[in-house]
Amino acid sequence: MIETGEILQTMRMIQEENFDIRTITLGINLLDCSDPDPKKCADRVYDKICRVAKDLVHTGQEIETELGIPIVNKRISVTPVSMIAQGDPRPIARALDKAASEVGVNFLGGYSALMHKGATAADERLLASIPEVLSETNLLCSSVNVASTRAGINMNAVREMGTIIKKTAELTSDSDGLGCAKLVVFANAVEDNPFMAGAFCGTGEPECAINVGVSGPGVVKVALESVRNEPFDIVAETIKRTAFKITRVGQLVAKEASRRLNIPFGIVDLSLAPTPARGDSVAHILTEMGLEYAGAPGTTAALALLNDAVKKGGIMASNHVGGLSGAFIPVSEDIGMIEAVSAGALSLEKLEAMTCVCSVGLDMIAIPGDTSAETISGIIADEAAIGMINNKTTAVRVIPAVGKKAGDTVEFGGLLGHAPVIQVNEFGNEAFIARGGRIPAPLHSMRN
Amino acid sequence: MTKALISVTGLDSTGIIARVATKLSEMNINILDITQTILGGYFTMMMVVDLDGAHLRFEEIDRELQPVRDELKMTIHMQRMDIFDAMHRI
Repeated sequence: MIETGEILQTMRMIQEENFDIRTITLGINLLDCSDPDPKKCADRVYDKICRVAKDLVHTGQEIETELGIPIVNKRISVTPVSMIAQGDPRPIARALDKAASEVGVNFLGGYSALMHKGATAADERLLASIPEVLSETNLLCSSVNVASTRAGINMNAVREMGTIIKKTAELTSDSDGLGCAKLVVFANAVEDNPFMAGAFCGTGEPECAINVGVSGPGVVKVALESVRNEPFDIVAETIKRTAFKITRVGQLVAKEASRRLNIPFGIVDLSLAPTPARGDSVAHILTEMGLEYAGAPGTTAALALLNDAVKKGGIMASNHVGGLSGAFIPVSEDIGMIEAVSAGALSLEKLEAMTCVCSVGLDMIAIPGDTSAETISGIIADEAAIGMINNKTTAVRVIPAVGKKAGDTVEFGGLLGHAPVIQVNEFGNEAFIARGGRIPAPLHSMRN
Repeated sequence: MTKALISVTGLDSTGIIARVATKLSEMNINILDITQTILGGYFTMMMVVDLDGAHLRFEEIDRELQPVRDELKMTIHMQRMDIFDAMHRI
């Protein structure tokens, strides 16, 4: 029998500490929708999504009610569109956006190209269309994989992405570059990620799958308040215990959704995902460990401990763990990160160091609008190198704030939050980026 | 058996348990366990109930409890027990 104290703890986590399920993401394979005629392909895509995902939102709401825990987002991820688009990909983009709206999901990811080793003609067409597509659609998210540990870094793609991010920012400048919040550049992208903007349904995935992302930085922060001044052994143990509990609920929700929708369970993603709400911040877990702000010396070590303890606690709580699984450090979506940048405690370079030990990368960072495409490409290349060498996923989601400079603020609203524009190192790298080609895969990629 | 936890919290007054239990009985919901305490005039009750005999669906039961909430001015939450089992039992 469950004890009263345990019941109250669960209720407190949900009602006071912002514990929620961040997303149920339904992965849908679209390979069978491909057609030489873009219009026919778009129609098939629309029909398939509306058919497979018709009960997703309703089922999510039912589970929310019965278990008494908010499921903040219901999302869809699809096969990278460059794999099904034999011609112009834009009609497919419009069909995806319309289907997402029709079934009522919050976002749909997969306007994507995997080009870590090189680009197909379809990849090139998709890349060229990204700025226009992201400025004209509402719910569609885009991602491009430019590097992997096995293939190295495709520096041609890195160069192109700098320009594409700039163009996307310009086309969506009336919404502070919101288009760039829906565009992420990856190294070692994963096939079962439930989180946006980088979710897509990889080719190794089944016909469809339920992937669940949990949240709960507020719960971890509160748990650590009870072990103030204790040594790190106890800090790590406390995080593990909390992560276990959080992930067990994620697993329960995933199983329920899978059973009700009759769609196989894929994975639970253990990521601690913050929101701009107070009490839902990853940065505040770091400050709870004894740092004045995220970014103070010791931050990388604190984040490494957090990331590792979350995984150790979570892994036993779910029978399949996947996705990105770790701590997210998006700037605009985390009140503690926003405070740290505003106070001058957290720089782009420190964030880059932090991405060596956290789950993803440079995420939701507003940069000055006049930052050059080459500088953005340089940031992407550095981040991709960290991912490639460390055999982990890294990503760049930066938002050039058109007409704004370091210290100004951009406002995205909702879960995407707001962000101070961060200082960027502007020393030249044009000749470096102009080279193109491919940075070879590292020695330790050869494990066979 | 589909078990749910019903938590009832708010300022204490006469007849809270009776009112909630009567409503559950009307819906053919069997009470399996009750713990109840008063802390500083604050009433806290946890009921574990069996939903299998109920003729209504989960969200309908929750809706039926709304008049009881309004009348007693109490916070009443109903959640499936699975979430507590998942979190606290291996």
